[in-house]
Amino acid sequence: MSSDNDYLDGNAAAGELSSIFATDITAAEGQCANCGATKRFAEAHVYMQTPGVVARCAACEHVLLRVVNVRHRIFLDVRGMTFLSFDTSQDRRTVQAAS
Amino acid sequence: MWHVGTVVALNDETETVRTVRLKVSNWRSHVAGQHVDVRVTASDGYSAVRSYSIASAPNSDGHLELTIERLPEGEVSPYLTQEVEVGDRLELRGPIGGWFVWRNYQTEPVQLIGGGSGIVPLMAMIRSRASAGSSAPFRLLYSVREPSAVLYRDELHTLSNRDYPVTVSYAYTRAIPQGWPRPPGHIDASLIANTTWPSNLAPICYVCGPTSFVETIAGLLTACGHGTDKIRAERFGPTGEPQ
Repeated sequence: MSSDNDYLDGNAAAGELSSIFATDITAAEGQCANCGATKRFAEAHVYMQTPGVVARCAACEHVLLRVVNVRHRIFLDVRGMTFLSFDTSQDRRTVQAAS
Repeated sequence: MWHVGTVVALNDETETVRTVRLKVSNWRSHVAGQHVDVRVTASDGYSAVRSYSIASAPNSDGHLELTIERLPEGEVSPYLTQEVEVGDRLELRGPIGGWFVWRNYQTEPVQLIGGGSGIVPLMAMIRSRASAGSSAPFRLLYSVREPSAVLYRDELHTLSNRDYPVTVSYAYTRAIPQGWPRPPGHIDASLIANTTWPSNLAPICYVCGPTSFVETIAGLLTACGHGTDKIRAERFGPTGEPQ
């Protein structure tokens, strides 16, 4: 899989996932339920060739997240992560800087 | 969710790369490094979505520029680089991303390494730095096929010859300018050692390019002592939507 370099990364899935999450997911930290590695979602290996999106752990290739969009219904599977934590302070600071 | 942007200008950067300038109403200003999704819908209702990095500096007037490379087998890029005209409207989602970004209050040294059109989000960071009057130490190592494929050449030249310059180094992979000291070749350990910030300065490294490029560069950077927590990457490639 990873040897073929046929993956992208979490940035590539962020647009699709923005239809689910109100906060940017690429900077969110997720813990792999298989190996325990905690990484930014941007670092995940993302496969877009599937009918949907599959994100795998960059350390062990365990499936972290799957999202499939079928006829106005989105299926989200996040069993592969024990948690996903979002930093909301950056959003606030950006807003302050812009105003 | 989806915004409508109006094409206000087109600029051919090279034979295969075009910059599309858009004006979008009610658009949240972006941060350098972010991308947008562009949705193009055919008259039969078939639509395709592709991601493109924003090339321009953040601004509050709803303008953004996308620099798009035409892929011969592409479904969307031939339209955006050959057919789209000023006045046309495009559907946009974004701006997207909060990790592969440079905010203009950051002060630490920055190492940018781009391969091919991977220069685009890095250029947004360079432009953001310039427009903010930032003196954050910036270096760019730009891997490109040949001299005629270099994007933003004049602007990079200007920005590397002023106060608080951006130091720009090129790695030509297939053809070199006349008299260029290094034979054509990919970025290697010695080029990293000779042209990029040493790891003891703890720069934040932004790497953008095709997946194989990013993996190679990330390996070279970690071998030079850069922590994986200081390396931020964005990979691009053909996406797997129906062809």
